[in-house]
Amino acid sequence: MKSLGVVAPQSMHFSTPLALQSGASLADYTLVYETYGTLNADHSNAVLICHALNASHHVAGVYVDDKDGKKHIGWWDNMVGPGKPLDTDKFFVIGVNNLGSCFGSTGPMHQNPATGKPYGADFPVVTVEDWVHAQARLADELGIQQFAAAMGGSLGGMQALAWSMMYPERIRHCVVIASTPMLSAQNIAFNDVARQAIMSDPDFHGGHFYEHGVVPKNGLRVARMIGHITYLSDDDMAEKFGRDLRAGKYQFDFGIDFEIESYLRYQGDKFAEYFDANTYLLITKALDYFDPAKEFAGDLTKALSNTTAQFLLASFTTDWRFSPERSREIVQALVNNKRKVTYAEIAARHGHDAFLLDDARYLNVVRSYYGQVWQEIEARGVA
Amino acid sequence: MNFSELSALRPDLAFIAHWVRNDTHVLDLGCGNGVMLDYLQSDKRCIGYGIEIDDSAIPLCVDRGVSVIQQDLEAGLAIFADNAFDTVLCLSALQMMKNVEGILRDITRVGREAIVSFPNFAYWPHRVALLRGRMPVSKSLPYDWYDTPNLRCATIKDFEELANEVGLEVLERVALVDGKPVTFLPNWRGSLAVFRLKKK
Repeated sequence: MKSLGVVAPQSMHFSTPLALQSGASLADYTLVYETYGTLNADHSNAVLICHALNASHHVAGVYVDDKDGKKHIGWWDNMVGPGKPLDTDKFFVIGVNNLGSCFGSTGPMHQNPATGKPYGADFPVVTVEDWVHAQARLADELGIQQFAAAMGGSLGGMQALAWSMMYPERIRHCVVIASTPMLSAQNIAFNDVARQAIMSDPDFHGGHFYEHGVVPKNGLRVARMIGHITYLSDDDMAEKFGRDLRAGKYQFDFGIDFEIESYLRYQGDKFAEYFDANTYLLITKALDYFDPAKEFAGDLTKALSNTTAQFLLASFTTDWRFSPERSREIVQALVNNKRKVTYAEIAARHGHDAFLLDDARYLNVVRSYYGQVWQEIEARGVA
Repeated sequence: MNFSELSALRPDLAFIAHWVRNDTHVLDLGCGNGVMLDYLQSDKRCIGYGIEIDDSAIPLCVDRGVSVIQQDLEAGLAIFADNAFDTVLCLSALQMMKNVEGILRDITRVGREAIVSFPNFAYWPHRVALLRGRMPVSKSLPYDWYDTPNLRCATIKDFEELANEVGLEVLERVALVDGKPVTFLPNWRGSLAVFRLKKK
């Protein structure tokens, strides 16, 4: 299948302070983003892609690493590109890196103007809503008054959902994949174990490890291992690893016996190489705090009552992190408000990760949905 | 989609569509490729949702601009509030349900009116097949006994009893053959039973 080929990020600096939900504010900041496709004459074909926990603005296409010549493919390259379900021959697609990230937008690794040193632990806690406000400012600068759609999976889906409530007039469609209206106690518990792993690493230094020239790698490794368990289904793990042994027999020590141990440690090591510990803390907090129904006494129907967008939701049956029940809660609240909503519940075996994988049933629904969005744009006459 | 397109595609649905009022809120249970809602939306300005379990049908509904919610009807209609719909359609789907009584009670709860259709087991070719000692296979029951999705066999008379029991009043009862109503001996000559019902 065709791909976008080599792409490059752009960045935009903002010098108007951004007031955050916590009461703190960011005096100035930079957002890194990528765009694919072409914005049409009446700016009606823009789609915003919101990223999940460990992803970035690099949604589709490839980077070629100058150092090792390796290709880094965008995290949703199977979804976004020429002829893909979200077709960049038709749509102008924007991937934006969120504040607090470690992939370019202003985050804990950047210099704190107040101290002249990296923010580290002093980077303010940011929320899904803060991210959406920042994304809206980027849209302003790019001349996009209204998105054809805002879309995301998992934590990205929360941002898309937040868009529909915070800026109802600025999105026509909202695509929420494998997401939830709020984290459960169990979800929060997993996040906190991950945070504790990082914060109890002696190399964490209260979040100011940059100045000590170290990285809390062990904490990050464990955090990633915990996270990764929640992304896979029991079935998937059983099929991929089962009780397979690395060396074919028990070692009677505490090294690696089982393939699953080897896999998780490898994932953890890889992650600890590139991800920032403070970013991990920030993003898991943003997840924990997301709860749009909270200010409506837990009534999600009321929370979604001011939305005007049309919705597409999808979930995966073996996803136990954000299970289909959670998506159905959103569907129910939308139905209560008589919103247009389509919901696909895909019997996929890959757990939460399924939202990133190829599954014709899932991709076809998204393809058809954007086909409709495109027909609407064409019907406006200026496409 | 206009009426003549619907008539050509599905004469049975074209007949039933007359019973759905303009500008109403409709739920279509087992909506398949969404053709009925497509028609009701474009020609009668209705709004609403389809429910469908089949993966391959979901994108077809989306292509038609029909809002479809993928779920198993056996799981019930819990996501819908009481009296949420003016009309609930359950067309040629009931015979595939395990919990027929449960879904009828739910239909009664979420809708003010309902339209239910199912293959009439008392259709004369079916009776003839049984007299000959064989399970009927016909245009309306096209499956072999060992390979049919239809779990329930009911006649026009049978259904009326259950409808009453779950709190539905029969407003109209029509037997169709090839989408056309049969007035003389309907329980013999109709292959599709269609009921228009109202919450009692």
